[in-house]
Amino acid sequence: MPELTINGETHVLEVPVGTTLADGLRDELGLTGTKVACAEGHCGACTVLLAGVPVYSCITLVHMVGEREVTTIEGLRAHPLIDAFVRADALQCGFCTPGQIVSASALVEDNPSPSSEEIRHAMAGNLCRCGTYPKIEEAISTWQD
Amino acid sequence: MARLIRTEKEVEGRFEEVWLVVEEDALEQWPAGAREIVGKPAQRVTGPMRALGEARYTADLRLPGMLQAAVLRSPHAHARVKKISLERALAAPGVRAAVGPGDVSVLTDEPGHQGQAVAAVAADTIGQARAAVALIDVEWDVRKPLLDPDEAAEKGQLVGEASRYERGDVDRALAQADVVVEAEYRTQTVLHSSFETHQSVCEWRGDSLDVYISTQFIFGVRDEVAGKLGLPPDKVRVVCEYMGGGFGSKNGAGDYTFIAIELAKRTGRPVRCALTRREENLASGNRNATIQRLTVGAKTDGTLLALTGEFVNATGWDGWAAPTDGPMRLLYDCENVRTVLYPAKLNTPPMKAFRAPGFVEGTFGLECLLDELAAKLDMDSLELRRLNYANSTDDRPYSSKNLMECYRRAEQHWGRRDQVRARSDGPWKRGVGLASQIWYGGGGPPSYAWVRLGSDGRATVITAMQDIGTGTATAMTQIAAEELGLPIDRVDFVLGDSARGPYASVSAGSSTTPSMGPAVRAAATDAARQVLEIAAQRYDQEGRVLSLKGGNVVSSDGGSWPLEEVVGLLEDAQILGKGARGPNPTGMQVLTFGVQVAEVAVDVETGEVRVERVAAIHDVGRVINPLGASSQVEGGIIQGIGHTLSEDRLLDPASGLTLNPTFDTYKLPTIADVPEIVTELLDIPDEHLTNLGSKGLGEPPIVPTAAAIANAIRDATGADVRSLPISREEMLRALREARERERKKHGAPTAV
Repeated sequence: MPELTINGETHVLEVPVGTTLADGLRDELGLTGTKVACAEGHCGACTVLLAGVPVYSCITLVHMVGEREVTTIEGLRAHPLIDAFVRADALQCGFCTPGQIVSASALVEDNPSPSSEEIRHAMAGNLCRCGTYPKIEEAISTWQD
Repeated sequence: MARLIRTEKEVEGRFEEVWLVVEEDALEQWPAGAREIVGKPAQRVTGPMRALGEARYTADLRLPGMLQAAVLRSPHAHARVKKISLERALAAPGVRAAVGPGDVSVLTDEPGHQGQAVAAVAADTIGQARAAVALIDVEWDVRKPLLDPDEAAEKGQLVGEASRYERGDVDRALAQADVVVEAEYRTQTVLHSSFETHQSVCEWRGDSLDVYISTQFIFGVRDEVAGKLGLPPDKVRVVCEYMGGGFGSKNGAGDYTFIAIELAKRTGRPVRCALTRREENLASGNRNATIQRLTVGAKTDGTLLALTGEFVNATGWDGWAAPTDGPMRLLYDCENVRTVLYPAKLNTPPMKAFRAPGFVEGTFGLECLLDELAAKLDMDSLELRRLNYANSTDDRPYSSKNLMECYRRAEQHWGRRDQVRARSDGPWKRGVGLASQIWYGGGGPPSYAWVRLGSDGRATVITAMQDIGTGTATAMTQIAAEELGLPIDRVDFVLGDSARGPYASVSAGSSTTPSMGPAVRAAATDAARQVLEIAAQRYDQEGRVLSLKGGNVVSSDGGSWPLEEVVGLLEDAQILGKGARGPNPTGMQVLTFGVQVAEVAVDVETGEVRVERVAAIHDVGRVINPLGASSQVEGGIIQGIGHTLSEDRLLDPASGLTLNPTFDTYKLPTIADVPEIVTELLDIPDEHLTNLGSKGLGEPPIVPTAAAIANAIRDATGADVRSLPISREEMLRALREARERERKKHGAPTAV
């Protein structure tokens, strides 16, 4: 059975081969902060970090995670981006928001003061149907304030 | 006092006469302008929960013993089930129940569109349920689908009836016109693409039913389910605390709910039925395509003499006739108007309301037509609109209309034309376009709210409304906090449960704030009055000198007592306030208005179009939360840009099957597609509308975007784009046509 490190804790996931990381997190561990909106790797709502790299957990299999540490939105509770998103009103329905914040956390880890162009490049894999994009850009530009 | 009235009720342009019990709206409006809390930017009260991933959506609900349902949906656009067998499915691992045509009203053996529900299975896991659905044996008799809206209109195959409107004498006016412009516009099918797919979890508890559902209308779902099942409405409890987007598509119960209810009944267990993204894009509704054949006749000075249009809505297998002709009937002062609207019934997935249904499509046609007229008359587009400004289009006055002020404020953006055009560079041509906006958004009764104030000096507002992501819970909290003289963080807002709050209106038709806001204010006022009565007795003051401010009871002579001290006297007793939405102003049209000015760049060699800037000026009455309001405007414009440039649900023309039911092939805008957006809201309270003077803002911002962009393209290139989306093909076609026109005019070949 795969043993995963998730947000600093070790979890054994007794799931069949072929189970996606998104389903493992949500159904087995109750970590429902990770949302699934398309389930086929097109929208970014399910984004988590694997060893710091954003991936779509809906097309990542539990059995392929291996040693890489998994970080979900639940592991970013204390990240200043949470407050930055709320301050900037960078969320409406909120269903894509955890994925947006996870992606943004990887961006600012590498590049604490990204330009508008860099934000748009890094965040283009996270769709938002409500159209909060201008406020997302603002939140990421002001996360250190 | 409660009063029984017969009144006209409007939701998204659909009117009906209803009996209503309304309570007098005795409160005076606040004076215009920002107050302590109302009118100032407020962070979303649900923001932290949503950002942290702690908000529990229907998709996150895990009830003990819950089964998962999967649905067999028609793989054909038009077919009949000759034979169906659930036997192999029922024998599959983990399967607890299966239902087919006849078992549930929403399951059919004669599907009229791809994706219509035929059968369903409940199993222990979703994987087992899907595997079992694949084992349902069906013998199909596949029929020829009807896909051409014009053909359906001609045959009289309609969803409902054709509607006709006429004022004045259009034919005579056209004969007298100096200039006549005729054009055909087309708009495409657009998918709502709510991120949380349509879904519900249903659980029977004795003879009562709990429905957890992603919905825009808790009470609508309660009434629909109770009605279909023959249950007393309060035996059905509907819950939706957080939901992941609806945009008009989640006003009803949906097939998934009735499937889950039946499977829950058969198994005695809670059942989830959630659409996959592919099912969502087939079966959950869409903004229907339209064909608009329009004519305008005018004098050489630009005065409109006649407007007429034939509108064909490609409504699909089900839905209703969205008022595509609405803008033509309502926007301009024109004595002679004639429209006919055909809602074509086709073997395509059904339409559902989508953010200003009909008006988005109709505004594209009308406002492009007006600009084609302006070009022909060599007249300024803004001037043409001012010249034909409507002070009324029927015998009812507007409750308020400040569109002229919107036009005045648009001047500074419209005035950028020369500098924008001057930035054209090589194949990139730049230009500016504008379009007006008209839409409903007044809301109406009934709607109720309760306010509870405890001895801790905190208030709780309770109502069974839903916040679909528009920020209405925040606006309501601000209104209550304002009236109670409390900081926002001492007011809690409880919503989302039909069994635990009073009736609240649908979150559609830009109606939540104008419907619910006045009720919340009335409830808070009722609670405040009771606090002041107690304070007057406790501190030996005259009631009329007391008010609530900054968490204190204050008197006009300078006395001040903390609210906790006053309500602390109550111990476990509580102050309960209640409020109701009063009536809309009798005999008046309640409408929202605005104008948008778009700047675009067009690569005339490749047909690529980029929107570089959109300025949006809207008149929606008093603004409660300027921060949330700016987000609504941006969201509307961004959806509008998707509608204009990239989104297109494609059908195979022979089979009628959807070719792009996924997010990689159906192109939503990304963060990289977003232009600079400038938002200006007039913030002038509508003095005739409720104790707030607020109208709704959810829909107005998406209405004029497509036309403003198309008109900017004409300004940049001289090309008339008439079909959405403005793909590269459409852009290049329009450019070729424009060059051809120039060539004919000058009688000489030009280099292409």
